[in-house]
Amino acid sequence: MDDAEFGQVGQVHQARPHDSALLHVTGRATYVDDTPETPRLLHLAFGRGAHAHARILALDLAPVRAAPGVVAVFSARDIPGENNVGPVRRDDPLFADGLVEYHGQSLFVVAATSVAAARRAARLAQVVYEPLPAVLTIDEARAADLKIDDSHSLQRGDADAALAAAPHRLQGRVETGGQDHFYLEGQVALATPGEAGAIHILSSTQHPSEVQHLVAALLGRASADITVEVRRMGGAFGGKETQAALFAAAAALVAARTGRPAKFRCDRDDDMAMTGKRHDFQVRYDVGFDDDGRIRGIALELASRCGATLDLSAAINDRAMFHADNAYFLENVRIVSHRFKTHTVSNTAFRGFGGPQGMVAIERVIDDIAATLGLDPLDVRRVNLYGPGRDVTPYHMTVEDNVAPQLIEQLAASSNYAGRRAAIAAFNAASPVIKRGIALTPVKFGISFTTSHLNQAGALVHVYADGSIHLNHGGTEMGQGLMVKVAQVVADVFGVGLERIRISATVTDKVPNTSATAASSGADLNGMAAFRAASTIRDRLAGVAAGHFGALAEAVRFTPQGVMAGDRSLAFDQLCRMAHLARVSLSSTGFYATPRIGYDRAAGRGRPFFYFAYGAAVSEVAVDTLTGEHRVLRVDILHEAGRSLNPAIDLGQVEGGFIQGMGWLTTEELVYGEDGRLLTHAPSTYKIPCAGDRPKVFNVALWRGGRNAEPTIHRSKAVGEPPLMLAISVLSALGHAVAATAGARLPPRLDAPATPERILAAIDELKARAHA
Amino acid sequence: MTDRIRFLLDGTIHEIGPVDPTKTALELLRYDLGRTGSKEGCAEGDCGACTVVVGELVADRIVWRPINACILFVPMLDGRALLTVESLGTPQAPHPIQQAMVDRHGSQCGFCTPGIVMSLYARSIMGAGDAPLNDALAGNLCRCTGYGPILAAARDVPPQPRDDAETIAALRALRRDAPLDLSFDDPLAGAARRWIAPRTVDQLARCLMDHPEAQIVAGATDVGLWVTKAHRVLPVVVHVGDVAELGQIDDGDAEVRIGAGARYADAQAVLARLHPSLDELVRRIGGVQVRNVGTIGGNIANGSPVGDMPPVLIALGARLVLRRGDARRELPLQDYFLDYGKQDRRPSEFIEAVIVPRPPPGRIVHVSKLSKRFDSDISALCGAFAVDVDGGIVTGARIAFGGMAGIPRRAPACEAALVGSAWTRETMERAARALPDDFQPLSDVRGSAAYRLRAAGALLTRMWLQATGGQGAHDLMAMEAIDG
Repeated sequence: MDDAEFGQVGQVHQARPHDSALLHVTGRATYVDDTPETPRLLHLAFGRGAHAHARILALDLAPVRAAPGVVAVFSARDIPGENNVGPVRRDDPLFADGLVEYHGQSLFVVAATSVAAARRAARLAQVVYEPLPAVLTIDEARAADLKIDDSHSLQRGDADAALAAAPHRLQGRVETGGQDHFYLEGQVALATPGEAGAIHILSSTQHPSEVQHLVAALLGRASADITVEVRRMGGAFGGKETQAALFAAAAALVAARTGRPAKFRCDRDDDMAMTGKRHDFQVRYDVGFDDDGRIRGIALELASRCGATLDLSAAINDRAMFHADNAYFLENVRIVSHRFKTHTVSNTAFRGFGGPQGMVAIERVIDDIAATLGLDPLDVRRVNLYGPGRDVTPYHMTVEDNVAPQLIEQLAASSNYAGRRAAIAAFNAASPVIKRGIALTPVKFGISFTTSHLNQAGALVHVYADGSIHLNHGGTEMGQGLMVKVAQVVADVFGVGLERIRISATVTDKVPNTSATAASSGADLNGMAAFRAASTIRDRLAGVAAGHFGALAEAVRFTPQGVMAGDRSLAFDQLCRMAHLARVSLSSTGFYATPRIGYDRAAGRGRPFFYFAYGAAVSEVAVDTLTGEHRVLRVDILHEAGRSLNPAIDLGQVEGGFIQGMGWLTTEELVYGEDGRLLTHAPSTYKIPCAGDRPKVFNVALWRGGRNAEPTIHRSKAVGEPPLMLAISVLSALGHAVAATAGARLPPRLDAPATPERILAAIDELKARAHA
Repeated sequence: MTDRIRFLLDGTIHEIGPVDPTKTALELLRYDLGRTGSKEGCAEGDCGACTVVVGELVADRIVWRPINACILFVPMLDGRALLTVESLGTPQAPHPIQQAMVDRHGSQCGFCTPGIVMSLYARSIMGAGDAPLNDALAGNLCRCTGYGPILAAARDVPPQPRDDAETIAALRALRRDAPLDLSFDDPLAGAARRWIAPRTVDQLARCLMDHPEAQIVAGATDVGLWVTKAHRVLPVVVHVGDVAELGQIDDGDAEVRIGAGARYADAQAVLARLHPSLDELVRRIGGVQVRNVGTIGGNIANGSPVGDMPPVLIALGARLVLRRGDARRELPLQDYFLDYGKQDRRPSEFIEAVIVPRPPPGRIVHVSKLSKRFDSDISALCGAFAVDVDGGIVTGARIAFGGMAGIPRRAPACEAALVGSAWTRETMERAARALPDDFQPLSDVRGSAAYRLRAAGALLTRMWLQATGGQGAHDLMAMEAIDG
């Protein structure tokens, strides 16, 4: 039943508004901080370290305790269990205990009667530090050989021999900056103590189960004592996969220790300073290629800034490696990945999860090959694409569902790529100051958690005797439209309208041991789990209906007109009442584990991904070569979402993902001071795209031919992360415009984010090289 | 005894007794009034998630403005009408703008959405005007949608003015003649606090003589952050937002006199008539919400090294009118800025107006602001130039920069290189090479010292290209995608 191509009554594959849209627009959608405050509520703030790396010689909290409004102050010594909020290695303390490893790290929590009282008091601690040498950048960590995890490599064929034998050879490098998630709703948690040690936590988290487990360990309680609930987040983008635990744990600790409800609503500036970001990367490459630009051999070295603790850096860097091929066949390849430890906040998941950084690497290689040979980069892309007989990835997985060539050709035609590229060359020849650039880049993104056991999900469906349906599953809603998609799946199973389905908050006491809503997997996993739960109930109802109709259960159909068998029909709610009277259970769980996957990390071989999602984008930019300012003038996107469960939601993911990726590569710059302090800790200095940055012409379409080759829920595809990487076309187009300033066969050296300053520097550097 | 703050909330008078005078309107709404639709995204007036619409009686009508509630102090609501997202529709009966947002899939996570709805609502009731839609939303950040569906929703809904008759009557009844005078015993600070909002310039002058220690607040777009971010306690605040005379603008033939309390939104049209480049400059200052409260005088008084307006005002030869008690003095704006964080303003003195001479016909005026993001960003540097050319020779040059030093100021070496030289590109490049004699800029989050010097010089060339209309005079902002 899982491989149903289509829904049975057309609830799926339809554009439907977000389930909360009317609540959003009227301000009635409630987020954690909208919960009415109770009189005994405590408000929390962290006291934070003032060094990037230092020993704490003394921590005097007496002035904090004495401040007006302060009720309690807790530090590491007050934690009954494990002082950890880290998901993998348990190296992320809730409170620094003797050692500060990044600027702004939490030292203690203040609980006070108001937010202002807590925040003011948090600054009053007397801390004596012994500063230690701080390693802040990839270069510094490389020099110090300071790594957070072992380096890792993937290989296939003989890269060295192929490099040596190739007709052309080129070395280069590219850097990409980090990115703050800038979810509009900051980190927040509200913990309420219950009886006998129980704690209930409202948390803005993508991973309620992990918050539950970490809080239990921190409090020395069992997981069953802790309940974590999230109805919705005001954006997350990976920034609430592990990072939410810090705030939830602090709130839970205060609730447990004081017996009072405790809320941690983090200030935006503190949030930006204290929570991890996208990893910044340095890439070095050595590539050998032929006259057509076909890659014969390549050695890629990826290095990332992981920050002070491991967090998810191992999997993130692995995914960067898994995407350093993007859509291209690398016959002889070696990919080495270094994961550097720095005394900065621990970097974490962010939409794409390393994939974007790996993809920038190979797209830059292609652009540089094209620049060196004087070829159209699209032609170099074409000759390198995966294809028949050239279909095995650097991790030895065969690409079975490759639609990149079709997508690319369709998009190249619909966007008039060739004609515009020619027109741009003519324009640039006549325009000394403004230079245009254009680029088409594809996306091939692997879908599944590469840690295979995470690819599981559970759902819980109740049908009430009045025919209303309660839907619950382990996935969390962060704006991506997961809830409405899953509701569509369930409504379709029962042949009822969406209005009959009550979508409920994700909560650990309904579905246990869930995975994070991450890796674009939310609808794939939870959709299928809910489909199974609903189908189980439906089969029971069909049995009841069959008895009523005197028909075979197989003949019973669930339709918008009612439950039918032959020409007889019954209203759905009547059938539910009938089933209840017949003592038939109308509740079921559903469980799903992704098939076919498995990966041997030590050997670098296997099938980490169930399937790939594809897309392509063409971006046109204009650069003012006097100042480095630029505009994105036109973008055309063709993206594949399989048989989309909800094309409206998926288009929103594509558009929004692209703009977010564009921000990463252009305006969003994280700047750290020499003391390791994040200087861009507010929207006044950290600039995400605003309405005026949207390309003037923006044509976005889902590919009509889309169909998942694998039996996912109604043959849909994951769509959360892949579109972000479509924005790499903007960086490539900017490179094209920069290259036009010199007119030589030289690849420009443009790093991201391509701010006006970096663009101007790239122009100056290229001109200097051209004249050298 | 303290006055009570009175404002209209959905048409009903809402009265507030003793209150922390620097409590924000957002805190009042969310935690006291249970109106949680308005969200806190940043608490510094940059993201717009807290946008509310505030109506003010101006002559015989109500001017409704979208404003950031997160840095709006509660006493600033006094005598005004407040609308929040809860004032519009309900899920059962949404307002047309809300319905359009649903139909166009304009919300994803929904957190920025109430603020966006309020920005679009304000635009709708005030008439869309000529301002591009992108501008109406420049102060509302959305991290999910990429803005397309929101812009589509905005286009779907035609302007629809409110019937303000009752609001006008109600606000007239709330008018005060005497200053609003609030006292508050602050338990956290352990001290008495005071908020005084005079009605006339004379009252203001007297009030500042009585309270030389007072912090003057106009739109609070900067001071708001002292409270929400730095947690500063302001013992005495004198709010100038109710001094109508201070907001007056006289658009004279020879010069423009802009009252220090004039908001960007009010002054933009007059500034644009001084020179079109000022229109674009003002358009790029903050978002609508910031320009609706931020004042020209506040921007100058604040003494930022970047200074949104000062570079161009210096280039145009603006003068300040400073007043202390009954005494007035005039000062060239360029002399007001003494050093980083230091201005030529005495205790009890305030800026009453800025006077900007209208550039004579033929004078070349150029303003370029460089920032990482075009809209709602602070300059890495801003160059403002006023140049006279006669017979192919530069006869006069006022070259001013913000972001290049501890204060916004002129570039004497650069000016010297220009004046008397031929009006050529080579002269621009030579003058650019003089800039290191004028400035030793800092490296900071907005740009490196090297970039600042390099780009500052390039702006002279840009001025020359645009003024001479030669090849390369393209305006990046006006570029369209190419036809292949």
